Amino acid sequence: MTKTQDIHSPEFLRGDEFSIPTFRLLKQDGSLYEGAQAPELPRELALRIYHSMVATRVLDERMLAAQRQGRLSFYMQCIGEEAAVIGATAALDDADMIMAQYREQGALVYRGFSYDEFMNQLFGNELDYGKGRQMPVHYGSRKLHYMTISSPLATQIPQAAGYAYGQKLADEALCTLCFFGEGAASEGDFHAALNMAAVHEAPVIFFCRNNGYAISTPSIEQFAADGVAPRAFGYRMHVIRVDGNDILAVLAATREARRIAVEQNKPVMIEAMSYRLAAHSSSDDPSGYRSKKEEEVWREKDPILRMQHWLIDQGWWNDDEEKALQESLRREVLETMKRAEKRPPPPLESLVSDVYADVTPALQQQLDQLKRHVRQYPDAYPKGARSLDPDVAAGHDASDNDASQGGK
Amino acid sequence: MPTMNMLQAINNALDIAMAEDDKVLCFGEDVGIFGGVFRATSHLQEKYGRSRCFNTPLVEQGIIGFANGLAAQGSVPVAEIQFADYIFPAFDQIVNETAKFRYRSGDLFNVGGLTIRAPYGGGISGGLYHSQSPEAYFAHTPGLKVVVPRNPYQAKGLLLGAIRDPDPVLFFEPKRLYRASTGDVPEEDYQLPIGEAEVTREGTDVTVLGWGAQMEVIDRAVELAEAENISCEVIDLRSILPWDQDSVVESVLKTGRLVITHEAPLTGGFAGEIAAAVQDRCFLYLEAPIARVTGMDTPFPLTLEKEYLADYLKVYEAIKASVAF
Repeated sequence: MTKTQDIHSPEFLRGDEFSIPTFRLLKQDGSLYEGAQAPELPRELALRIYHSMVATRVLDERMLAAQRQGRLSFYMQCIGEEAAVIGATAALDDADMIMAQYREQGALVYRGFSYDEFMNQLFGNELDYGKGRQMPVHYGSRKLHYMTISSPLATQIPQAAGYAYGQKLADEALCTLCFFGEGAASEGDFHAALNMAAVHEAPVIFFCRNNGYAISTPSIEQFAADGVAPRAFGYRMHVIRVDGNDILAVLAATREARRIAVEQNKPVMIEAMSYRLAAHSSSDDPSGYRSKKEEEVWREKDPILRMQHWLIDQGWWNDDEEKALQESLRREVLETMKRAEKRPPPPLESLVSDVYADVTPALQQQLDQLKRHVRQYPDAYPKGARSLDPDVAAGHDASDNDASQGGK
Repeated sequence: MPTMNMLQAINNALDIAMAEDDKVLCFGEDVGIFGGVFRATSHLQEKYGRSRCFNTPLVEQGIIGFANGLAAQGSVPVAEIQFADYIFPAFDQIVNETAKFRYRSGDLFNVGGLTIRAPYGGGISGGLYHSQSPEAYFAHTPGLKVVVPRNPYQAKGLLLGAIRDPDPVLFFEPKRLYRASTGDVPEEDYQLPIGEAEVTREGTDVTVLGWGAQMEVIDRAVELAEAENISCEVIDLRSILPWDQDSVVESVLKTGRLVITHEAPLTGGFAGEIAAAVQDRCFLYLEAPIARVTGMDTPFPLTLEKEYLADYLKVYEAIKASVAF
């Protein structure tokens, strides 16, 4: 039942009676705000986080270039949002589930997904865990507790609520962190998810990357309210807004969110304010909808530089180390890319496996028919014929048809 | 052997599944203490607690999204959609997520533990939105299994089969038969196969095929036909996806005639798919055009429901026309 007090004149409220502050610890020059306290962050962990941010940036820059060279069909960069994604991931237990949208490769880098593993997915070769079925950047890793990406927006949000509820019942003291953009938060699934999670007390962290744009649509055309965070109140959920380019603030906020989620079995929302320095994808050109000047303002708030300044202030990092790291990562990207490009595609059989746990007779029949066809026109299907096994000969359609009609 | 109606049989199957495995959860709108608007989940919350049998907010896409996440995590959710007519807000979660979870991840993740139960079908004066038969929409989606039981015995065995199946299953329950259909149902655990049709009556002149509540309609029509010395072979398809092509083809190769009936509208209905497959494999054996006896291509009506439905007389006429062709 709603708790309420009576009034006797028609006074409307609109939520502007309070505003949601932004949690910040780190200034762009690497110093802390006055009164701010850095979260506990030992050197080793700080460097793991920083390496992951740089490794993500290097991967993104090089792979967009590869897409421009025509070596790759599609790519999406995380540039500008590395602190939000990696800071959140670093606050978790490595066994917590992450259900991401598509721009969160930094989380995988942090958890140890290798460049080879990235490349295999990007080139859809025979070693891709997803068997070459999804467009580039749809990564997944069971061993790293990272749910395979799905293109439809926001579908992962109610799934995260359900996944977390299962974790609660299993009494694992684990949670699920769900990434999504401020655009995806307009989908019905977002609202369904928050309500389900709050009512059923699921240990889930809803992490909104408010990066200002959904493809070309600016956030002011996405919602009239003050960002996404106020919606948490409608579901009676803990919420915090954080500077998404501030690695220390993201880490501290997400650690506290995780504590609430796991100890109290309550969902928590985090709205990380950031900026998509990259285009939406390799198919997008931001010059049609935003100014260079606006981008420049945000380039000056680069989250990686901000952390680098802080690390240097701690005496944990220097220019030589930076240079060596960049060079070794660039070399590794190029080497792994070359390896992945040369690998063959998944075998033709993988077209019909995993639709169901077992291949159905109808699907087996369709595959056999396809094999006969590909054998008939091997040059028309550059990759297909290579993986055909020799036992299926071309041109058996007619006799098979006779056999199925009672063996006449 | 006790006599049960279909609701009791379904309730009994859920009870067995929940007792057997702590990971089995039942939830949906009004599913908790109330036991569902049809009482299919009666007493399950009392027995297994609120964490395993519970009400959800009124949001179908949330119910199925939540269920997908649970299944991916390793739980065994049995989610109820209160009426099949209200499954469409969850269409995206079912078609783009449930169905593709295993495939898109290369089998890293799957939601095979998921079963979605939904009462379907007409004949209860439910009008447009409490009468639809949406099986064909889902039959067009690789990765899903679609099952429809015809009586209490089948309902219990197929539902247990669905819950334990390694793939996600949509289980459409003919609500007209919930209380109307009664029969012997063993108390103990048993399971019926998914993906296999059942020949419920053997005959030589014509094959009559249906599923769910239409099986009762077929039985009445066949009684009339048999009185006129038409020997009918009756098949309950049971699984719409994947469907048992071989059993149907085997029967039609014998009889040379096929009458298919379903409640859903004609155009794009699953009878069309069956007819296409059967003519492909039985072309030289067919003695008459394959007949479809179905709902009309209109939204489901209310006061003219009796006229609209593919009733036993329409099926009877189609049988006669097929034999006389």
